[in-house]
Amino acid sequence: MSEATLTETPTPDDDGVVETADHGTHIEYTDDHGHPETTTGLSNNKLGMWLFLGSECLLFGGLISTYMLYRGRHTGTPGPAQLWDIPLTSVSSFVLLMSSLTMVLAVSAAQQRDDRQTIVWLSVTALLGSTFVGAQVYEFTSFYHEGVGFTTSLFSSSFFTLTGFHGIHVTVGIILLMSLVGIISRSEVPGDKAEVVELIGLYWHFVDIVWIVIFTLVYLIPA
Amino acid sequence: MTTVDHTRHDAHHAPTGHASPDDIHVHKSTSFYVKVAAALALVTAVEVGLYYLDIGKLFLPALLILMVVKFVTVVSLFMHLRFDNRLFSWLFYSGLFLAVIVYLIALLTFRVFDPTT
Repeated sequence: MSEATLTETPTPDDDGVVETADHGTHIEYTDDHGHPETTTGLSNNKLGMWLFLGSECLLFGGLISTYMLYRGRHTGTPGPAQLWDIPLTSVSSFVLLMSSLTMVLAVSAAQQRDDRQTIVWLSVTALLGSTFVGAQVYEFTSFYHEGVGFTTSLFSSSFFTLTGFHGIHVTVGIILLMSLVGIISRSEVPGDKAEVVELIGLYWHFVDIVWIVIFTLVYLIPA
Repeated sequence: MTTVDHTRHDAHHAPTGHASPDDIHVHKSTSFYVKVAAALALVTAVEVGLYYLDIGKLFLPALLILMVVKFVTVVSLFMHLRFDNRLFSWLFYSGLFLAVIVYLIALLTFRVFDPTT
């Protein structure tokens, strides 16, 4: 159990003038990680991340619904039954699922303040994420060679939009992970390091759960 | 093994006294997470197996149930929502349920689930 620290910080008045301690001080409570306590007692950063993820459900809900609506609209062009490579997609789904394991191990290591393990697990997560994106690029390329492009049919447009948006989210996650590895290596993480890792972890797990839904609704359930 | 770290928000020192005992770091052992991941991999294998097997009318509900099981497991155990403050659950699940309800209504309007259309 650690003690919260009490710091006295001069604050500017309406004119931007900082008064001295003689004329009044602003008393700021901080926890042992140096960020201020909030009125809810919860981290505002974490609250904001969960709110963001809740709103992302609406984005992907719209994309998945659009695909469900148009998945049968491919007259004269290849459809899901001709295109899907279930073994490949199953392996890439497994890879993304395992990246959730390595991510949660990174969060656990960060909470135990083990920087070396945190960096290792974050790097492995980024590697697994890159493998998933590579498989998706391969899949898109093979569809293109079979004559299915973005504008070929309503089915292809809705499919590429949905899985493309997900792929972009994974790519952003990889960039976040690698950036985090860089700033942890330089010990330049602002604020609570464990919380920063946890926030990026929440984003990464969200990308994984979206794929859990896409894998079942788009790939496994026939049109 | 579960250990609980109360270091982040100590109610005795919070200025408003609103710090929640739920807002804590939860440390579970590596073996716990590996077991959860193995279970998730097994469920994925079952899903893929069902794709190749002919189980008739049970196919769709079985796949949907397995999907929900995987989804809830990741959210509850990997994202720690089960151990975290309930406000986070409300924020996330309200967005999720809103999305499901809105888009189910939209899809029903377009008769997506009607086999005769």
